[in-house]
Amino acid sequence: MKPLEGLLVLEFAQFMAGPTAGLKLADLGARVIKIERPYKGEGGRQIAIKNLFIEDDSLVFHTINRNKESYAADLKDEDDLAKVKKLIAQADVMTHNFRPGVMEKIGLTYQEVCKINPRIVYGVVTGYGTKGPWANKPGQDLLVQSLSGLTWLSGTRDDGPVPFGLAIADMACGAHLTQGILAALLKRNKTGKSVLVEVSLLESVLDLQFELLTTHLNDGGRLPQRSSVRGGGHPYLSAPYGIYKTSDGHLTLAMGNLLAIGRCLGCDLTGYEDKSSWFEKRDEIATKLGAHLSNNSTEYWRARLEEQGIWCSAVYNYQQALQHEAFKVLGMTQEVKLGDGSGLITTRSPIQINRKKLYADKAAPKTGEDTDKINIEFNI
Amino acid sequence: MKPLVDYLVIDFSQFLSGPSASLRLADLGARVIKVEKPGTGDICRSLYTSDVVMNGESSVFHAINRNKESFAADLKKGEDLALVKKLIAKADVMIHNFRPGVMKRLGLGFEDVIKINPTIVYAEISGYSTEGPWRDNPGQDLLLQSLTGLTWLSGNAEDGPVPMGLSIIDMLAGANLAQGILACLLSTGITKQGALVQVSMIESAYDFQFEAITTFYKDGGLLPQRTRANNAHAYLGAPYGIYRTADGYLALAMGAVPTLGKLLDCEALTAYTLAADAFDKRDEIKAILAAHLKSRNTRDWLAILEPADIWCAEVLTWNDLRKHEGFKSLEMLQDVIMKDGFQYQTTRCPIRIDGELLYSTIGSPALGQDNEEIIRELIEK
Repeated sequence: MKPLEGLLVLEFAQFMAGPTAGLKLADLGARVIKIERPYKGEGGRQIAIKNLFIEDDSLVFHTINRNKESYAADLKDEDDLAKVKKLIAQADVMTHNFRPGVMEKIGLTYQEVCKINPRIVYGVVTGYGTKGPWANKPGQDLLVQSLSGLTWLSGTRDDGPVPFGLAIADMACGAHLTQGILAALLKRNKTGKSVLVEVSLLESVLDLQFELLTTHLNDGGRLPQRSSVRGGGHPYLSAPYGIYKTSDGHLTLAMGNLLAIGRCLGCDLTGYEDKSSWFEKRDEIATKLGAHLSNNSTEYWRARLEEQGIWCSAVYNYQQALQHEAFKVLGMTQEVKLGDGSGLITTRSPIQINRKKLYADKAAPKTGEDTDKINIEFNI
Repeated sequence: MKPLVDYLVIDFSQFLSGPSASLRLADLGARVIKVEKPGTGDICRSLYTSDVVMNGESSVFHAINRNKESFAADLKKGEDLALVKKLIAKADVMIHNFRPGVMKRLGLGFEDVIKINPTIVYAEISGYSTEGPWRDNPGQDLLLQSLTGLTWLSGNAEDGPVPMGLSIIDMLAGANLAQGILACLLSTGITKQGALVQVSMIESAYDFQFEAITTFYKDGGLLPQRTRANNAHAYLGAPYGIYRTADGYLALAMGAVPTLGKLLDCEALTAYTLAADAFDKRDEIKAILAAHLKSRNTRDWLAILEPADIWCAEVLTWNDLRKHEGFKSLEMLQDVIMKDGFQYQTTRCPIRIDGELLYSTIGSPALGQDNEEIIRELIEK
């Protein structure tokens, strides 16, 4: 049995942050129904990466919304709204990410929903919280990364800002929404009363940086200093932490005793006996190591280092990583059956419960696919 | 009332992933007790980030372990182990990230613990799961980034592998563990049966890339292609990226290319009228945009684009951000105090419950500072 079986979640949330939370809840066993405007459905159906679509919906939409149902309702239409309220009355959780003011107009604010269902957990995602000059700014991943300081952590000193190359703010925020909802359900089960959960993309990306921000707040406000050498792994960590070019690929070195690593590689690192130089002269050391490592293959170095228990690895792309035995043994993929009979390979939930992997191969719904069935089932 | 009030978490984990999960549970209201090795404690205490030492220990440790208690116990000593087992008997959750097999040898594997406490949620984090050729390898963040394809998503096409500059996989694994624990607390509340939650860094790394990997499979196994310059997402078309301006940088998240051309007074962009151009010709388009945006200040561009509802933003450093009203209004920072009076500033929990910001003034614990109180309150009682 999956841990959230029996829970009903209504997802008004669109795009990525809210729906990734919905996916996590669904994979943990909850029943998740997307409430979507008729025909067009949620905005995320048209957000494509690489222009890839499956029938009318983007591949991204399919990835985020598998294992869910769809109920079509025009929230501006009184009859539809009345039906949705009947559903809300029977739900455990609802989520939305409308801009401030939208739920007020519709009449589904937290206060109003509590009157319909005094035991509901009401989850809201915003871009930047509900106060202040950014409250109405579009809550979009790259913008949030740019405002949060995150873009000064990756890449090298001369690169300018380097964003994380995927929707990190959305993903982090979806995870926080999931945590908030689950904690709120525990509270609700104890008190019998509704709970409001609020998260924002910006707070989530700040939380993601919490260890580095704490360092910054207590070191006199110094800014992160990225390495001037390509491959630097972390602006706050000493040499050799980073990725180095070899004669046939790349080699990653994690933290470790630099002198022992130098000896193992046969790289002359005299002059760096003082541990404090490993941070202060990080770039100089990385240049020396890089020149040395370029003389031989990744596997040659890796074997030498591993023999002495030094933390290192090769650097794989998807073709190499997803073909590797260490990936296959995880059983990390599953094939979702699409309406046209074809299959879509995607990943599963990363959480295992009672030694069971949580698979769920139900495809993302078409807009309103489950409306009739739900009307009957919930006496609407 | 914080949602996890009255829940007791015993945390054996070290470094970042496990302790970040227990920090979240602590901020949500749980009582979290770190069980640490006498003498050295959590290795993270001496894992220095840069050269910043706070009250004799690493800034990272202080960030991750505030709002917790510390119980020093040597799990290899019979009497200490007996005390720890009594603690476990009272706990709702226990967490560890020892390498596969270690807890079993100590007599604290899931099957052992469930006999001591049949309703416990037992949570463990590993590097590479408990199976496969890498199961005994070190679960270290940069290695995981390197092995899972993640380093080919950030930076530009010719940059080689570019890691994300913080411990992203640790953070994600911790977040997944917290979710698994909370979900199982809900089910054990009903079934009265304990549960085992297992999360690995490698599965968390792949889950994080679920969009890109699904695209990779659908797309005939083509590798993600970063743009030559101004890359922000290997799978998104122009203008998605960050551009240099006369006095700083501008992030541009969307906008039809010809529309941008008109708004920005950049004639060359108006020629890209096909919707597919934005992706197919993104290198060309980005190069034109990059050259054009250098001519004026960030403010000037924002003044044109924002009223036209084009998604864009300036690019801030932490120092710019902290001065900004948009940041101040989040009230994201808090001061915490250690038992010896040492005070430091850090961030708060990013989740709001019933409109309340979840602050806690409790700083990180000195090693073993709470032994006596814990024995009196939880073990002897």
